[in-house]
Amino acid sequence: MEKSQFQNPWFPYLLLLPQMGIIAVFFLWPAAEAIKSSFYLEDPFFGNATFVGLDNYRDALSASDYKRTAWFTAIFTVLVSVLSLALGLMLAVSADRVLRGQSTYKTLLMWVYAIAPPVAGLIGVMLFDQHIGPLVDFVAIFGWEMRVGVNYWDTGLAMIIVSTWKQVPYCFIFFLSGLQSIPTSVKEAAKVDCRSETRRFWSITFPLLAPTTFFLMILNITYAMFETFGTIDLIVKDQPGNSPVTLVYKVYRDGFRGNDLGGSSAQSVILMIIVLLLTIVQFRLIEKRVHYN
Amino acid sequence: MTTLRIKNVKKVYPNGAEAVKGVSVDVEDGELVVFVGPSGCGKSTLLRMVAGLESVTEGEIELAGRVVNDLEPADRNIAMVFQNYALYPHMSVRKNLAYGLRNRKTPQNEIDARVNEAADLLQIAEFLDRKPSQLSGGQRQRVAMGRAIVRHPAIFLFDEPLSNLDAKLRNQMRLEIKKLQRRLETAAIYVTHDQVEAMTLADRIVVLNGGQIEQVGTPAEIYANPATTFVASFIGAPPMNMLEANVTGDALEIEGQSLPFPRSHRGPVRMGLRPERMQINGSDAGLNAEITVLEDLGATRLIHARLGNQEVVLSQDADLPVPSDGKISIAFRPDDVHLFDRDSGRRIDA
Repeated sequence: MEKSQFQNPWFPYLLLLPQMGIIAVFFLWPAAEAIKSSFYLEDPFFGNATFVGLDNYRDALSASDYKRTAWFTAIFTVLVSVLSLALGLMLAVSADRVLRGQSTYKTLLMWVYAIAPPVAGLIGVMLFDQHIGPLVDFVAIFGWEMRVGVNYWDTGLAMIIVSTWKQVPYCFIFFLSGLQSIPTSVKEAAKVDCRSETRRFWSITFPLLAPTTFFLMILNITYAMFETFGTIDLIVKDQPGNSPVTLVYKVYRDGFRGNDLGGSSAQSVILMIIVLLLTIVQFRLIEKRVHYN
Repeated sequence: MTTLRIKNVKKVYPNGAEAVKGVSVDVEDGELVVFVGPSGCGKSTLLRMVAGLESVTEGEIELAGRVVNDLEPADRNIAMVFQNYALYPHMSVRKNLAYGLRNRKTPQNEIDARVNEAADLLQIAEFLDRKPSQLSGGQRQRVAMGRAIVRHPAIFLFDEPLSNLDAKLRNQMRLEIKKLQRRLETAAIYVTHDQVEAMTLADRIVVLNGGQIEQVGTPAEIYANPATTFVASFIGAPPMNMLEANVTGDALEIEGQSLPFPRSHRGPVRMGLRPERMQINGSDAGLNAEITVLEDLGATRLIHARLGNQEVVLSQDADLPVPSDGKISIAFRPDDVHLFDRDSGRRIDA
């Protein structure tokens, strides 16, 4: 690519300004506000704020429902990320093998991705509805009385299934394009070297998909921790009492429903730290093992 | 003994396209056979059928005495070197070489021995722990060959292995492949579209065109006695001149000029003359022509000339003089004239 030199050294910064402005207004400023208010006990009706030091953090971390939510978030995130990866990969490998009507398969599999989150959540809620939900009727055959919105783990399971279902197409698209970017001759050389297709997959195809997998893993974790908010909101709507929620949802609930702005700020700061640590771990540990072409 | 027998092999694709239209070739033990032809002639398809990467529509492929039509590539005891190397980018060179052996459950000490032997032979021992992305084109090519060698296959299959290299490296690797193949005494098929590679490497050349064999023979035979006009113009650089002429039994008539030419065949023919077998004659005894363009190639000079309504090319030593008025008389020995049938393009020996 051609490299051009700007006449004025400040010009590039000027070009960056809009982007920087957006980051500052929508991320840096709110983050700073959150950090600040996490040290205060605030009157939700714009009254006085009292500096309370680390009390909000102490309260948040010692509350038993915080631990429970953190556990659920961990289990939820791991399951949603891993399941969407696994299912997406499985479908991509199958679609890659299909020769006739491949584009039809692709379109059908990607459909779900085009659905807006609230609609997907609504479909999910309907699938698990106590009265009309086909999945509830289905598991009832095996004597499992599924009660989404009442039973803690039944509700959790419904969240995991709906969230995974929503994320699978995304993984599928990336895995399929990853599979198709592996050179044919490498696949053929592997065919000459190794008879077992399963073995070829794990020793050649899967390692070559590692960059895609790594990328999707990060996106899936972010998705499961933050973007599933809408799905969770729809499923626990009006009965958040005993239902499992993720940490993000708890921040929202405690802050905007419970009016505990200081406490909810403290929780979001903790969440920020968790995300920061996760990102460092991911890049340090996993990226080393990932082969980039 | 014969390593490989290809018997009446045909390849028809589901859309009805016939890539290989019934080809039979044998490859003897230790022999290097080159499949050469223009793109789309079926040479690669044929090789891929031997490898098992392409199914055989009709006919039989027999490798080391056993029909392999329905065997998986990994079970065929072949080794293939691909055009773009096809190394496994996530594995070190050592693992690239060992991969096939490991999958065949070869004992580790045997794997190590074979990998080291191949690495010494190809002078890649110092790169064994590098990844392919850290190697140059030539080094990658060696690794690809190493991966073939360690398998101790019944036959090597080379699919245009040098076409990604620059001209200098290509000449060097060509020589190395030949030496290596002689030393290992393993049969090999080498596919190329480059007639120079075919001439220099082959024990025998198979010239393919349109899914069919045009001619099989040693490089010398094919050069000296091309069976068809296609072979005549495909093998040899610059290509053989093809001129419309008429033979009468004792004379050759071309563009209103006549030369004594004692051959029993009579009638209109296509006459082939290699540029390097023609000279500029001092007298007026040859065919009179007029120079159009001169091309200096350093050691040799190509002289393009107009002979009536037809074009001819002569190749001669660059030191030899060229008449300044551009008028030349072309001389050649009657034995160097190849006659072909105008309709079928087949050689006329009578």
